[in-house]
Amino acid sequence: MKGATAVVTLSLVTIPAARAETGAGVDASVEGILNGRTPSETGLTLDMPSVADNGAQVPLTITVDSPMTDDDHVTAIHIIATDNPVPEIGTFHLTPRSGKAEVFTRIRAADSQQILVFAELSGGDVLQAAAEVIVSIGGCTT
Amino acid sequence: MSTPRVLIPDTAAAGEVIQIRTLIDHPMITAVSSDLPRDMLDRFEVTMNGEPLFAYDFYNGSAENPTFTFFARIDAAADFVFVWTHEDGETFTVERSVAIG
Repeated sequence: MKGATAVVTLSLVTIPAARAETGAGVDASVEGILNGRTPSETGLTLDMPSVADNGAQVPLTITVDSPMTDDDHVTAIHIIATDNPVPEIGTFHLTPRSGKAEVFTRIRAADSQQILVFAELSGGDVLQAAAEVIVSIGGCTT
Repeated sequence: MSTPRVLIPDTAAAGEVIQIRTLIDHPMITAVSSDLPRDMLDRFEVTMNGEPLFAYDFYNGSAENPTFTFFARIDAAADFVFVWTHEDGETFTVERSVAIG
């Protein structure tokens, strides 16, 4: 009985510590993108299934409300995982030649978590969106 | 590694925004959760008539067999070059052309 209690206590201590470490990596990644700017939460859409059977292949579509002209276009879109071993998933680079600010890819989600996306605009503004995904089978097997 | 696949129309109307889809067979081994040696693509770049159109920087959360959908505005006949670059520097290239028609 004493032994069982000890195991429970240990796991209660260990889990929050691990989460705190992961969160710090995410904060650093987000700060690196924002570079002191305050993101707007309009004009950026992250379309992702709320439940993903396979965390190794989670489809997502990102759309930005942008005319994609020389003067006003999306230059970059960053995808950040809040609970993967490495927060950075990937960065898209777009140009006025894209014509339309919509991209699709598939990502790995190690576990159920929140996915963040940031769009950088040619005028210097940055947009933010987020979505939660519940993962049945984790995607970090390799 | 098989030949990367690119789905792009052969022709487009002037001013049309076309959809482009790509897929490359690649294990994208991060070596975070396994003893396998790391085997990752680093970057995917697309140019249109020599000008940058689209690019993607791969980090660990990019899935196996990376696939993308993106768009291009066709103002004139266009030659596209699609290049996938491995972290070890090896590249895989596909070329396609879109005519006005």
